[in-house]
Amino acid sequence: MTDTGILIVGVGGQGTLLSSRILGEVALRSGMDVKVSEVHGMAQRGGSVVTHVRFGKKVYCPLVGAGQADYVLAFEKLEALRWAGYLKKDGVIISNNQEIPPIPVTLGHQKYPENIRESLEKIATTYMVDAGRIASDCGSAKAVNVVLLGVLARKLNFEKELWTKVIEETVPPKTIEINIKAFNKGYGVV
Amino acid sequence: MKKLLLGNEAVAQGAYEAGVRVVSAYPGTPSTEITENVARFDEIYTEWAPNEKVALEVAVGAAIAGARAMACMKHVGLNVAADPLFTSSYTGINGGLVIVVADDPGMHSSQNEQDSRYYGRAAHIPVLEPSDSQEAKDFTKLAFEISEKYDTPVILRMATRISHSRSLVEIGQRSDVHLKDYTKDIGKYVMMPAMARRRRNILVEREKSLKQYSEEAELNRIEYNDRSIGIIAAGGAYNYAKEAVPGASFLKLGMVYPLPEKLIKSFAREVERLFVIEELETFIEDYVRTLGLDVIGKELFPKTGELSYEVIASKLKEAGINKEVLNLSFENCKAPNVNEIPLRPPALCPGCPHRGVYYVLKKLNLTVTGDIGCYTLGALPPLSSMDTCICMGASVSSAHGLEKARGKEFARKTVAVIGDSTFIHSGITGLIDVVYNNGTSTVIILDNSTTGMTGHQEHPATGYDIKGRPANKLNMEKLCEAVGVKRVRVEDPFEIKKFQKAVQEEISADEPSVIIARRPCALLKRVKSKNKPYCVNTETCIECGLCLELGCPAITNRSLISIDETMCNGCGLCADVCPTNSITRGDICD
Ligand SMILES: Cc1ncc(C[n+]2csc(CCOP(=O)(O)OP(=O)(O)O)c2C)c(N)n1
Repeated sequence: MTDTGILIVGVGGQGTLLSSRILGEVALRSGMDVKVSEVHGMAQRGGSVVTHVRFGKKVYCPLVGAGQADYVLAFEKLEALRWAGYLKKDGVIISNNQEIPPIPVTLGHQKYPENIRESLEKIATTYMVDAGRIASDCGSAKAVNVVLLGVLARKLNFEKELWTKVIEETVPPKTIEINIKAFNKGYGVV
Repeated sequence: MKKLLLGNEAVAQGAYEAGVRVVSAYPGTPSTEITENVARFDEIYTEWAPNEKVALEVAVGAAIAGARAMACMKHVGLNVAADPLFTSSYTGINGGLVIVVADDPGMHSSQNEQDSRYYGRAAHIPVLEPSDSQEAKDFTKLAFEISEKYDTPVILRMATRISHSRSLVEIGQRSDVHLKDYTKDIGKYVMMPAMARRRRNILVEREKSLKQYSEEAELNRIEYNDRSIGIIAAGGAYNYAKEAVPGASFLKLGMVYPLPEKLIKSFAREVERLFVIEELETFIEDYVRTLGLDVIGKELFPKTGELSYEVIASKLKEAGINKEVLNLSFENCKAPNVNEIPLRPPALCPGCPHRGVYYVLKKLNLTVTGDIGCYTLGALPPLSSMDTCICMGASVSSAHGLEKARGKEFARKTVAVIGDSTFIHSGITGLIDVVYNNGTSTVIILDNSTTGMTGHQEHPATGYDIKGRPANKLNMEKLCEAVGVKRVRVEDPFEIKKFQKAVQEEISADEPSVIIARRPCALLKRVKSKNKPYCVNTETCIECGLCLELGCPAITNRSLISIDETMCNGCGLCADVCPTNSITRGDICD
């Protein structure tokens, strides 16, 4: 298959949908066929969420199959681990370093796994990014999604100017400056 | 111009281009964004109705009046709207009428996995099924044409992965469709036996013509390729199958009812092995079998949940299909053992007013008949305070059933919980039953001023309409009093002690009672909390874990109990339950 498949994963409410929208739009304006599959509804209430993004010459299925993902872009570490199995053999993980313990962990029924970074590295090339801190430094902890998008952008073959243009058009006007800063910081991480 | 649209946005765009004038709907995942997007067009009158039956009746009325009209709902909503559905098939329409229904294979956000295609067959209404956003738009427009040409309502069947996937759509102009003349015609619009019998015959004739249309229409098309394998598929399943065996021959169906008999037979003749690939029930497969054709379907492919291209490819391999034509390139990385990874079920948000209610219900150890909404999450640990959840409205009526089966003593330990939107949707009729038939149930209406679960839609008791304009605000207290409940009280679910006392008093009462637990949803923009986050004084905290029993995502327990200040909404419920006063507002413990 010649197209690219990306999973954007995180915890409901973390803003994964904005990232997939930006990514999809960048691919579209680069002349590709694009499909994005989002999660709305129940899981948005703090559950594990996954958005599928696929682009290439012609894309039929909006879902990235298990073993088909080129990238897993994770907004939370445990979610990176949960979805890492979707990667191709030579896939890449880009993950936020943040931990958000799910309720079964808080209640002591299950343990938040230790050494997630090491586990991920055994699965695939892993970039662990302190996206929370970088976002805060840029002026808003909420910009985590755009920081991570910046890291991914460096790996993909789209024009950087196109990314900035789409971000400017997509995020709320008041937050453009912060988001562009966050994107550039992310772009420079690796 | 091409845009990347959700399937749901594409349906809205299609309705706009088709010149639709009236849209009525009740929210429900995965259908909600259709109506939300229609509401952005000033040319279309759009409303949230109290339930799907009302929504469809509004659309039927508008269609009879000569306008193109649409009603939108999720699959279970069509059960509620089934009554007008069946008879609108008899009356036919005047202006075009389209019913959009979104199924949820895999039950991402639903209580069952029912298959709406059967409604088309049962009510003799044609069903179109798109497989991407462009088709979602095109089929919506086509549905209106079919509706007017054949004088029939048309069902547009969506599904989660079509509704919630974005793909490219060519944007067009709104066509100028005039309001048709309205003329009184009781033979057509008054369905009593004499007239309905005549219409019944017309319906049978109409179905024959629609079948002919299905044979010839472009929306059912054959793609011949490798003829050793032929696949019949529609909607999302077509995409998965196309990905799994790009080189196979396909009969791609866009109209799934009535099915094209001749087209299917001729396709079957041309291919060596015939497969039907579909999600949910064996709707197409059963039909193909009635034609006496040799076909492989659900004996091979999974009967439940969503399909995927990987599953289809491996199943076809199992069935001996030549590996060369299959896309089997899913060679995973070294996958982690997913069973060892803690689950992350959805949970009530930090600051959610429902949490206070469930804390009290758990403490009192009551039997709780539940209902559908965010508050259904109160069934999960640690709150674990719900015994039943069937369908919208069932909490109230089934509490009454519990009482009639097990007696009044049992009712003294039972409450029904129901959300505000759900109460208006179909809880009110249950309450009327309780009062009328000498029940003594206690009903707690969780009034958070919004339809939370589906993403914060207005409803008749919020005081706003779908466009955010001020509207009449239904008075819940007066409504309950008017149906005959004498004990109606309003309580704040965050005043835990007072709330507990209220519940104890009302369950003891030998008559029906309603407690309206009133506090707005923490996510509502108009009430967003400016309260400072709370924090834990680790020196006085005795780690008793009572705060953890609230199941608040902001409270964590890693060696010490702490509160994540970015998540905490400052509601203070945890401080109320802490026996050592170790949880205090941020500005005090800094
Ligand atoms: C017949 C039917 N229509 C729609 C839905 C989708 N749905 C589930 S819960 C709900 C309403 C939730 O609102 P509310 O009762 O106010 O509770 P909240 O989520 O705000 O707590 C809706 C529309 C459904 N499950 N069944």
